Amino acid sequence: GLHLSTLGHPSGEGRRGCRMAEEKKLKLSNTVLPSESMKVVAESMGIAQIQEDTCQLLTDEVSYRIKEIAQDALKFMHMGKRQKLTTSDIDYALKLKNVEPLYGFHAQEFIPFRFASGGGRELYFYEEKEVDLSDIINTPLPRVPLDVCLKAHWLSIEGCQPAIPENPPPGNLLHAQNIPPHSALLPYISCHSPDPCMTPFPSAPKEQQKAEATEPLKSAKPGQEEDGPLKGKGQGTASADGKGKEKKAPPLLEGAPLRLKPRSIHELSVEQQLYYKEITEACVGSCEAKRAEALQSIATDPGLYQMLPRFSTFISEGVRVNVVQNNLALLIYLMRMVKALMDNPTLYLEKYVHELIPAVMTCIVSRQLCLRPDVDNHWALRDFAARLVAQICKHFSTTTNNIQSRITKTFTKSWVDEKTPWTTRYGSIAGLAELGHDVIKTLILPRLQQEGERIRGVLDGPVLSNIDRIGADHVQSLLLKHCAPVLAKLRPPPDNQDAYRAEFGSLGPLLCSHVVKARAQAALQAQQVNRTTLTITQPRPTLTLSQAPQPGPRTPGLLKVPGSITLPVQTLVSTRASAPPQPSPPPTKFIVMSSSSASSTQQVLSLSTSAPGSGSTTTSPVTTTVPSVQPIVKLVSTATTAPPSTAPSGPGSVQKYIVVSLPTTGEGKGGPTSHPSPAPPQSSAPSPLGGSTLCGGKLETGDSSPPAPGTPKANGSQPPGPGSPQPAP
Amino acid sequence: MAALAEEQTEVAVKLEPEGPPTLLPPQAGDGAGEGGGGTTNNGPNGGGGNVAASSSAGGDGGTPKPSVAVSTVAPAGAAPVPVAAPEAGAPHDRQTLLAVLQFLRQSNLREAEEALRREARLLEEAVAGSGALGEADGANAEAAGALLSRVTASAPGPVALDPPGTGASGAAAVSGSATAPAAPGKVGNVAVEDQPDVSAVLSAYNQQGDPTMYEEYYSGLKHFIECSLDCHRAELSQLFYPLFVHMYLELVYNQHENEAKSFFEKFHGDQECYYQDDLRVLSSLTKKEHMKGNETMLDFRTSKFVLRISRDSYQLLKRHLQEKQNNQIWNIVQEHLYIDIFDGMPRSKQQIDAMVGSLAGEAKREANKSKVFFGLLKEPEIEVPLDDEDEEGENEEGKPKKKKPKKDSIGSKSKKQDPNAPPQNRIPLPELKDSDKLDKIMNMKETTKRVRLGPDCLPSICFYTFLNAYQGLTAVDVTDDSSLIAGGFADSTVRVWSVTPKKLRSVKQAADKESDDVLERIMDEKTASELKILYGHSGPVYGASFSPDRNYLLSSSEDGTVRLWSLQTFTCLVGYKGHNYPVWDTQFSPYGYYFVSGGHDRVARLWATDHYQPLRIFAGHLADVNCTRFHPNSNYVATGSADRTVRLWDVLNGNCVRVFTGHKGPIHSLTFSPNGRFLATGATDGRVLLWDIGHGLMVGELKGHTDTVCSLRFSRDGEILASGSMDNTVRLWDAVKAFEDLETDDFTTATGHINLPENSQELLLGTYMTKSTPVVHLHFTRRNLVLAAGAYSPQ
Repeated sequence: GLHLSTLGHPSGEGRRGCRMAEEKKLKLSNTVLPSESMKVVAESMGIAQIQEDTCQLLTDEVSYRIKEIAQDALKFMHMGKRQKLTTSDIDYALKLKNVEPLYGFHAQEFIPFRFASGGGRELYFYEEKEVDLSDIINTPLPRVPLDVCLKAHWLSIEGCQPAIPENPPPGNLLHAQNIPPHSALLPYISCHSPDPCMTPFPSAPKEQQKAEATEPLKSAKPGQEEDGPLKGKGQGTASADGKGKEKKAPPLLEGAPLRLKPRSIHELSVEQQLYYKEITEACVGSCEAKRAEALQSIATDPGLYQMLPRFSTFISEGVRVNVVQNNLALLIYLMRMVKALMDNPTLYLEKYVHELIPAVMTCIVSRQLCLRPDVDNHWALRDFAARLVAQICKHFSTTTNNIQSRITKTFTKSWVDEKTPWTTRYGSIAGLAELGHDVIKTLILPRLQQEGERIRGVLDGPVLSNIDRIGADHVQSLLLKHCAPVLAKLRPPPDNQDAYRAEFGSLGPLLCSHVVKARAQAALQAQQVNRTTLTITQPRPTLTLSQAPQPGPRTPGLLKVPGSITLPVQTLVSTRASAPPQPSPPPTKFIVMSSSSASSTQQVLSLSTSAPGSGSTTTSPVTTTVPSVQPIVKLVSTATTAPPSTAPSGPGSVQKYIVVSLPTTGEGKGGPTSHPSPAPPQSSAPSPLGGSTLCGGKLETGDSSPPAPGTPKANGSQPPGPGSPQPAP
Repeated sequence: MAALAEEQTEVAVKLEPEGPPTLLPPQAGDGAGEGGGGTTNNGPNGGGGNVAASSSAGGDGGTPKPSVAVSTVAPAGAAPVPVAAPEAGAPHDRQTLLAVLQFLRQSNLREAEEALRREARLLEEAVAGSGALGEADGANAEAAGALLSRVTASAPGPVALDPPGTGASGAAAVSGSATAPAAPGKVGNVAVEDQPDVSAVLSAYNQQGDPTMYEEYYSGLKHFIECSLDCHRAELSQLFYPLFVHMYLELVYNQHENEAKSFFEKFHGDQECYYQDDLRVLSSLTKKEHMKGNETMLDFRTSKFVLRISRDSYQLLKRHLQEKQNNQIWNIVQEHLYIDIFDGMPRSKQQIDAMVGSLAGEAKREANKSKVFFGLLKEPEIEVPLDDEDEEGENEEGKPKKKKPKKDSIGSKSKKQDPNAPPQNRIPLPELKDSDKLDKIMNMKETTKRVRLGPDCLPSICFYTFLNAYQGLTAVDVTDDSSLIAGGFADSTVRVWSVTPKKLRSVKQAADKESDDVLERIMDEKTASELKILYGHSGPVYGASFSPDRNYLLSSSEDGTVRLWSLQTFTCLVGYKGHNYPVWDTQFSPYGYYFVSGGHDRVARLWATDHYQPLRIFAGHLADVNCTRFHPNSNYVATGSADRTVRLWDVLNGNCVRVFTGHKGPIHSLTFSPNGRFLATGATDGRVLLWDIGHGLMVGELKGHTDTVCSLRFSRDGEILASGSMDNTVRLWDAVKAFEDLETDDFTTATGHINLPENSQELLLGTYMTKSTPVVHLHFTRRNLVLAAGAYSPQ
């Protein structure tokens, strides 16, 4: 261990030296080992007193020899056609000098040194653990590594590189080396195939996928975009390499005849087929852990574009079948797949939107989505799908395809229809509401009065159908939830119940109290702003990131904010719109963001939606503030008694917190742990929503608890049933 | 480093006993020849075990080995070329000689010492004599070298190598050239005994000025050069680096450690970026003791750094140094630099930059003047049966063997003799066997189906990926008919794959010899498999090469041996020892029988499969010989080295006939064009350089790769050059265009001043990225399909 500690230094220095050398003025500092190292080595050999100048001499000598060996070792690395120096290279270099190699250091892939410092000393050492021999004897032998094998593929066919998995993704030359190691599903695949190189599926850059999607005429086979002089053949891929002098592709119409893009048939390789099979099975299977992995794979893997048509068909067909069968669980799973596909930054979905939108819309407005509409929480699915549609609109709607307006029209039409059942009505409203404040203002608010009457008719009238009651109740809370924030922005402060009633009819009083709550929340917000230690410069004054006061007991890593929202207990089944409006502050969204490393600062992001004069903005504050972060949203609910509350809380009230944990990397595509992955529902099929009887008392606390689908008064940023990560509104 | 130095003397010892035998060639030669002959008889016929044993027994002992000895002397000292071709290594040889003498004396080998001294005196006299005669230009020692070679040149020119069939006297050939020095008896004595030690090599640094003045000297010169006219500045700037190095070494040698350090700190930034690797070595070298074993520094000291400067610039420099009384620098210029002065316009910065970069400066003009027979040998007349054109065409498996790789299209050249070709029997070549003829016929048939490549018709590339190699793939070769692939691995194994449906089978113990299809019957079906693993090496296998007839496979390894494997029995036949250090590369001659190897000991060796001692030792590189390739006519061998030069050696006499400088990093790949006229070389700097062998000039530079170019290959007709690199790309270049307007005028030829067009981008026809797979090997099938190979190495 001791001489290893001495070896550690030069390697580090050498690396630094190399980097420096790249600059024009190379910095060849003549690094030498510290003479203390010599002392330590001498002591270990039993030489107690060693003079300083002797040490110095030794240091010089040893440093020089080590450098010499390092240089020779580099030679072996080069001749071995490797980019990485290995311990065996050093062994051979030693052998070259007739020195006995250092046995026992066989690092395949990593440098075995550990670093420690203390008391001003820095030490590199080799971590040697004590091993119990019986453990070794008793453990089963590891699997024999695969033997070398040879596999042939076409790197190029007459100058064009075929886009097959064995080749790096076309046009992606610069990043080809950085294809991340694959999802956790890989083991399944690689045990089928001895071929590790086949598993990273190629990914086409989004631009290319887009080009293929939108401009079919222009995009010939990859590598052949330049269809002018044939010389350009095969250089298309290289042109991404920054070849400045390369003649750019000639104008399309020059000389060469236009080449129509041949209808591309995506042949999937065996590995891709296996992958597809694994993924789809996991997505709709019963094992939640597998599903989480599969969804993560869909959401992150860069090479899926070839399988996209399959996934798309899988989803649309799946929805078609399962709607008929009223299989709520499967519909939820499929929607989560859509969500994952949408989340994958490398996929360009435009080509498949026409298949996906009907599927998603079905899940929003279908009359019946589950076998027992009175018990099952299909509302959450509708919410979730509505959010998906909003996301699709945001991403893909253009002036030419008019997706948003077509969707809006569809929703409006089914809502306006008198005969529309409550479920569809709910879905239509949810779909419209998710489209943003503008849509709410122009399409929902004018119909509030009318809708209020209809709701009152069901809730207050004779009990005809329990299902209708539930539906009406849900619609009511939905309207309140979405309209209150908008109204808070639109209307000047004095909130008069009567004025509201006059304007909005029977919903007026409820609406009024919600608006008041919203305002109070904003006020609280403002208070907190004053205490802000961390303010993000943001043009909108209302959006602040503040260090929240933490009066309550808190567990490390999980931040609980005593909410100022106190809501009356309302179970999902028996919600009553007629619950007495309490003088409670207007609803505020609390998003508690806790960095996933426990020690880092925890921030409370409070979003107040009551800023005056910004009624039309519908941008998502969270995403703008922390752009690269995709938060994991978890719902933590506690029993009423748990946290001391700053606000008066009625007996039996429930507080809800949304805990957002930031990935430490701050990068959306981080490691698997920090990656936003859909939280698994606690129980597997058939009822992934936990029976959907989510009353306050039944809410569970803890990380792994299933996401509770929104109670009627839940906040807007609450995740819907499947618990997928949801960007804050 | 001490170890290496010692090794060198050891090698020298091996040379030395040959001293006497050279004088009395016949007997000694016979002995060795016979030994070899025995091997021949056994080897190819399949008695593998014996041969291997005997060869390993004979491997390394202290016994005098005539053939080896002579050939070593030949390349270095005795260059029997009529025109004086001064060897860069001349002074170096003398020092080696002294060192050897010293060693002999210490080892009590009186007789040997005596013999060598007798021999050496002749050499010394030659040196002395030349000193008197030659004062052509400023540099004396260079003239001495020239004279030396002139003396030796009186030896009879053409020497016959033993034809493989007869198996007799390999030593005879050697002795022929070696007798040369004996002829001219000369006057004068040079006191050999005066030089005490190996360290004498360094003692030239003894002369010293005031250490504190060095910086002043250097900056004075720097100021002068920077203020000189533009046209001279570029040329004179070449002085910076060698002066810097030598001044630094002088300081270190004289133990002015602090001055040396500050000198280095102050001026190392001025040096050209491509010297960084050397500078790094220099910077670590801070003590006199370090210098002793350091090969790089020994090279610097013992070989003169060559600069080419126009007469005007040189006069300017000379005047300046004399005016300033700057003796320190003047001494270095005199002693350590070889300034090659030419008349005419000074060269431009670009011209200079293209040529410099090697460890010892540019090649001297004279180094590339000798005649090289770069033409192809006449193909033997073989009747091609016209009947069944397409019978075997489609499936590769049924193909009989074929003989010659890298041949130009057969139709064109079989008719008349290439004017640039060497005499047909310049090098004895093995006779064609029936199977070879069959193979040639096959090849011709394939040729008719060959794709005509060009910028409009790029070849397809089939990539063979070695999976699960765990970064251990170190060498690859493909047979000429593309039926087998061999891989050398870091775990010491060599693996041979059949890439056709025809499985690999071993020969049975006993078979019915009478039957018609004996060749089929002797194969043991039970052993059929796609993969055979050859065990035998004890270190990573860095080189692999199939014999043209596909009966043998060569592999070279870190363990210092080259092994010959039979592909009939899949056993090792011979282990060729001699390198003692890692052998980086080996390759069979395109005609079989001979092979070449090069390694860390900085020499390349020419072997014949039936001799366990090398026939020639090509010495002259100043650092590892990284790669070795045979010329298509088998008369020459090209070697690429870590000293950033490429050398071309004449197999006949062991002379270095070309030195190509211009690479800025160690050279890792070489290939000849199929017509034998051109050479392409690739280095760690990612550049591929193209050379005209006949004129000895650089004719092209292909920039594009971003990492070491580790494989190069021309298409069968030479239209396309494919290059593979550590940067995970295969690139295709337009070779026709690169060579087309090569109107080499007399002026360029005479001066060696080249103007390279900046046309890499136009020549680049395609870039194909692999997935994390460095391209270790490239191969064109007979129909011009590219096969590439490499190991997938996940990051």
